Amino acid sequence: MRFELRDVSLSRGGQPVLRDISTEIPPGTTSVVGPSGAGKSTLLRLLNRLADPDSGTIAYNRRPLTEYDPLELRREVSLVPQLPALLEGSVGHNVDYAACLAGCEPDCERSLNLAGLDVSFADRDVSRLSVGEQQRAMLARALAQNPQVLLLDEPTSALDEATRDAVEQTLAHLRREIDVSIVLVSHDPAQARRLGDWVLRLEGGRLAEAGPVERVLA
Amino acid sequence: MITSIHVTTGEVAAAMALAALAAAVSFWRGADIERDIGIAVVRSFIQLTAIGYVIKVIFDQDKFVFVFVLLTVSVVFGALTARSRAKRVPGSFVPLLIALSIAGATTLGLVVALGIFKPTPRYLVPVGGMVIGNAMTASAVALNRLGDEFADGRARIEATLALGATAREAAAPIVRRSLRSGMITLVDQTKTTGLIFFPGTMVGMLLAGANPTDAVRLQLILLYTLLGSVAIAGVVSTSLAYRNFFTPAQQLRDLEATSAPP
Repeated sequence: MRFELRDVSLSRGGQPVLRDISTEIPPGTTSVVGPSGAGKSTLLRLLNRLADPDSGTIAYNRRPLTEYDPLELRREVSLVPQLPALLEGSVGHNVDYAACLAGCEPDCERSLNLAGLDVSFADRDVSRLSVGEQQRAMLARALAQNPQVLLLDEPTSALDEATRDAVEQTLAHLRREIDVSIVLVSHDPAQARRLGDWVLRLEGGRLAEAGPVERVLA
Repeated sequence: MITSIHVTTGEVAAAMALAALAAAVSFWRGADIERDIGIAVVRSFIQLTAIGYVIKVIFDQDKFVFVFVLLTVSVVFGALTARSRAKRVPGSFVPLLIALSIAGATTLGLVVALGIFKPTPRYLVPVGGMVIGNAMTASAVALNRLGDEFADGRARIEATLALGATAREAAAPIVRRSLRSGMITLVDQTKTTGLIFFPGTMVGMLLAGANPTDAVRLQLILLYTLLGSVAIAGVVSTSLAYRNFFTPAQQLRDLEATSAPP
């Protein structure tokens, strides 16, 4: 198992966001589905310690997250947030910055290609990208770190149908090309069916169901 | 040689006609700051009169301990005032207090060590007041910007942390812009001095009958001294205050959740 969660609870401003979540996330592609406010994005943020639970434990590769150096963990378990938030400058600068943080040799062309962008994007200023291109640049930046796990928070939420299909193809291509596990937050069960091997369904901060996609989303 | 001039209370009262004009303009154009102008006039009169007597006592006593107490009080009030401008920065008082203290001590220490001013109350009190006042303004502007940038740039900061950047690395662009904001006013003022406006010290010396060359030299010394003090205050306050936005695990604090009632 990649992640094991035991009795994980988290409140925000006195309101419970996640309640007693106990589940496992296997290698491969896992989709976290559920309605808005179910706690999907919060769960994702806990997996690379952008936040910590109020109670309960989370283990990554059978070792508690709190035993990892947070910075090392985030370079191995890379989160791509829902809203594009690139650093000022060019796409290439963003990709190289991420690679340097992870101590990787920068290979901008490879990262861009994996994310479905051609190498000409390296010199493009991030302020001149469309939302879809920014989403892909964010993905390229994360891939530059050669992560073991990619945490993707609604990577296609702001995209039209054609661009969404292209990003989905990119993710499927990634799974074939590199050995990376993907945990994907989506509000769209159809997308989870297309991409996921495993599904976690959250409702009101509780785990409603977890299992293979063909059973949970049958 | 400066000739001391005597200013009567009547002359001060006459100058209030201009303050009355300001209030009249506000009333006429509906700016609705007549009350603030009134408070400013009364407060400035009381505060400056009081500090005038305090300074007179300190000059008469000619003891360093009184200078130290006065400047310490200035630093504390300066930090409290600047804190009110940096409401979006959690725990800003301590960084401000440290920044003003270091800026004041370092700048005054340097100007004395370099032989620019003698270590006597007559020099330390007015120069210290200017140094701390300008450091306060610069820190307040810098932290105000810091708070706004952290509020508006949460997504970008967290996205950078998510790559494994340290809090320092994630906050670096914001800290840089905040420091620049704090310093830029004085830098611009220094650039345009003598062309667009005459700074206060020089005006005061000229009014008091000083040689214009002496007035200019003293003003230049003060401007350069103040540049040093705002740089120190800006860099110390922003370098300390940004840390309060993060947890020890390099997470961005959820200030909204912790401050808002359920």
